[in-house]
Amino acid sequence: MSEANAKLEQFRGEARAWLAANFPRSLVGKAAVYMTYDLDVPMEGDALAWRTALGEKGWGTPTWPTEYGGGGLSQMEARVLQEEMHAIGAFNPIPILAGMGVTMVGPTVLEYGTEDQKQRHLPPIARGEVRWCLGYSEPNAGSDLASLATKAVDKGDYWEINGQKIWTSGADISQWCGALVRTDVNVGKRDGISFLMFPMDQPGVRTRPIKLIAGASPFCETFFDNARADKKDLLGKLNDGWSVGKRLLQHERQSQTGGAPMGGGGGSLQELAKKYVGLDSAGKLRDEDLRLRLAQHLMDAKTHSLTLARVAAESRGNAKVTAAASILKNSATHVAQARAELTLEIMGGNGLGWEGESFNDEEINAVRAWLSGKAMSIYGGSFEIQNNIISKNILGLPETTQKG
Amino acid sequence: MAALNEEQSILKDQAIAWINDNGPVAAFRAMRDSGNPLGFEQATWSAMADMGWPGILVPEEFGGSNLGYLTFGLILEELGKQLTASPLLASGLVGAAALILGGNAAQKKACLPRIADGSRIVTLAVDESTRHDPAGIALAAHKTANGFALSGDKCFVVEGGAATDFVVAARTAGNAGDANGITLFLVDGAADGISRTLLRTADSRGYAHLKFANLEVSHAAVLGDVDNGGALLDAILDRARAGVAAEMLGTASQAFAMTLEYLKTRKQFGQVIGAFQALGHRAAELYTEMELARSAVEGALAAIDADAADVPAMCSLSKCKAGAFLFRMSNQLIQIHGGIGMTDEFDAGFYLKRARALETMYGNQGFHRARFATLMGF
Ligand SMILES: Cc1cc2nc3c(=O)[nH]c(=O)nc-3n(C[C@H](O)[C@H](O)[C@H](O)COP(=O)(O)OP(=O)(O)OC[C@H]3O[C@@H](n4cnc5c(N)ncnc54)[C@H](O)[C@@H]3O)c2cc1C
Repeated sequence: MSEANAKLEQFRGEARAWLAANFPRSLVGKAAVYMTYDLDVPMEGDALAWRTALGEKGWGTPTWPTEYGGGGLSQMEARVLQEEMHAIGAFNPIPILAGMGVTMVGPTVLEYGTEDQKQRHLPPIARGEVRWCLGYSEPNAGSDLASLATKAVDKGDYWEINGQKIWTSGADISQWCGALVRTDVNVGKRDGISFLMFPMDQPGVRTRPIKLIAGASPFCETFFDNARADKKDLLGKLNDGWSVGKRLLQHERQSQTGGAPMGGGGGSLQELAKKYVGLDSAGKLRDEDLRLRLAQHLMDAKTHSLTLARVAAESRGNAKVTAAASILKNSATHVAQARAELTLEIMGGNGLGWEGESFNDEEINAVRAWLSGKAMSIYGGSFEIQNNIISKNILGLPETTQKG
Repeated sequence: MAALNEEQSILKDQAIAWINDNGPVAAFRAMRDSGNPLGFEQATWSAMADMGWPGILVPEEFGGSNLGYLTFGLILEELGKQLTASPLLASGLVGAAALILGGNAAQKKACLPRIADGSRIVTLAVDESTRHDPAGIALAAHKTANGFALSGDKCFVVEGGAATDFVVAARTAGNAGDANGITLFLVDGAADGISRTLLRTADSRGYAHLKFANLEVSHAAVLGDVDNGGALLDAILDRARAGVAAEMLGTASQAFAMTLEYLKTRKQFGQVIGAFQALGHRAAELYTEMELARSAVEGALAAIDADAADVPAMCSLSKCKAGAFLFRMSNQLIQIHGGIGMTDEFDAGFYLKRARALETMYGNQGFHRARFATLMGF
């Protein structure tokens, strides 16, 4: 065993011991309760104790620097930690509790933030105490985000914000917002944008939840009526918000490359098929057409995870990670959406159970996960926008009709 | 691409340089135009042997370099790009794998050094109909006083015209369709009991049908165990599939490169055609498919090198993924080139024809999708 491996194994021992001492056994099997994006689950009792312990250790944001509340771990150590958590049924609720804080705002603050911003904003995210939402999209600025119109005016000791955002995930339950706003209307549309951070609990901010096809209301319309952002909460340079905001979107895309289903079970699809559809005397799934499409899906899923591993291996020591992110996002989306469709098909009529005693939890989760999963090819840069990025940035094709 | 070690990088660069000078697609065209019935030039094969390529899998004690399948795949991929014709896949990979996995000490000693130096071309004779169906093997090997007598047909034997020796999958027990009862034999291709018919196929590779008329062989010709050769055959075939998939990836990635180049240069309606979003997106999707296929291809080769438990599933995955990408890419190569793509003078047709030939080799996508389901237990 190499020295590096030996150190990693030593870390594994430490992680295992710490988890054994701190993860409350009462939470085993409860991952699904606390790991859902759709609900604002109250933190109390053992769940609160677990969040607190994890936050104090910095392992809710394992790779962040320790001085800002992170765990200071390497990527390899973080992976080991994840494996050890998985092995005992533990889970990390902090990225969920922090909304957009862990996956998007945090990494961007780390990169562009002032020392003061890092000190004020990162530790509460790392402890899972402050939830962030993201005000990017507007009714008339979706894929064409740079056409956003929400305005911020310099009022001397604060910024005054007016306008409207839409599809703001978790706006009604978040304490802070990171938003792209127009700070100069007299320049090109990408040149007059800034990234501001401000608290949601103030008179000038109003949210109205929007109900989605899956039944829940995970996002809102957000209205700004003379809302205020502190002068010290401009992230990055004035009028340089487009670069800051794009960088954040790269973090978003990177976080959406896993291909894991949104909510719903992560169990084996072939076991599910055996249970609902059954095998014939030759040991084949009774539905030959489904059998082959299921095989194709499992191959696609395997190929996706092989690609994640390959990209990780190849990018070691090389910063050009993001070139592959668009490919991975589209592939992850394809795999997750296909999985949800197959789950539904395997369950037959029961896969459409909405509520009530006639359907079990797995069935009800499946239909909702199937519906929420349709968003994967829309947010974070839609499927088509990713293809624009691939054709333009990776393949070097001209931009004539492929913007974004 | 997989993170290569120094040895692999050097070998790959050497392959690219040599192929550019000696085996570009123009050389394939010249070979096709000459009507060469073997499907490759002897000089090309000798040069490959001089560079040690047929010995990449062969252990050092038998004159090879023992560099493994991932390394072999790098070469096959580069050859696939230019359709460089040779029996390297058939003999250096499939033939060598058969001997390495199934040969006894004497067989290895006699055969492997000569595979490695290119003086013998050993190829696998497995299929008996136009469909790949290893369990359906019917070619009979009856036990005789001194060994076995082989009677029956093999078809579409890869490099069957040039082969000096055949690894023949025969039935020594049971009936066609039974997984058990298969035995592999290593037979001299010049024996009287074998007759060959060379095939002229669209892709100009050297395939042959073989007829075995009571070919007598001794016990020494048995490769592996009598009656229980099914697992050995599967293991050889999996390596063959992973190798073909690497060649397919090369062929398809070259087709992609040609297409991308055309998207950037051909102008219509006052702009390069790659500026039309319909084509830009198609290119983006093909590129995505290519990156995914590469992971599958390299994953299977690495799994073989690591002797992983999931080699069969990985090899079916690899053949299926590379196959799907090459199928689509070869069609788009023609489509996106418009009329010029239909001309024999342009190379696109070579890639399309080769694509379909490789698709049938050692199991098409349908075969491997079904096999994958079986391997996953449903
Ligand atoms: C579940 C969910 C959560 C979200 N959370 C947030 C959030 O927290 N904060 C936030 O700011 N936003 C959020 N969004 C909004 C999301 O970023 C936008 O929906 C997205 O940018 C697409 O914008 P749009 O909905 O206006 O669609 P449009 O941009 O109008 O797109 C409509 C269709 O046109 C296609 N299209 C658009 N432009 C092009 C082009 N150039 N080439 C080809 N096709 C094109 C799109 O791909 C799509 O198919 C969320 C969305 C969803 C669904």
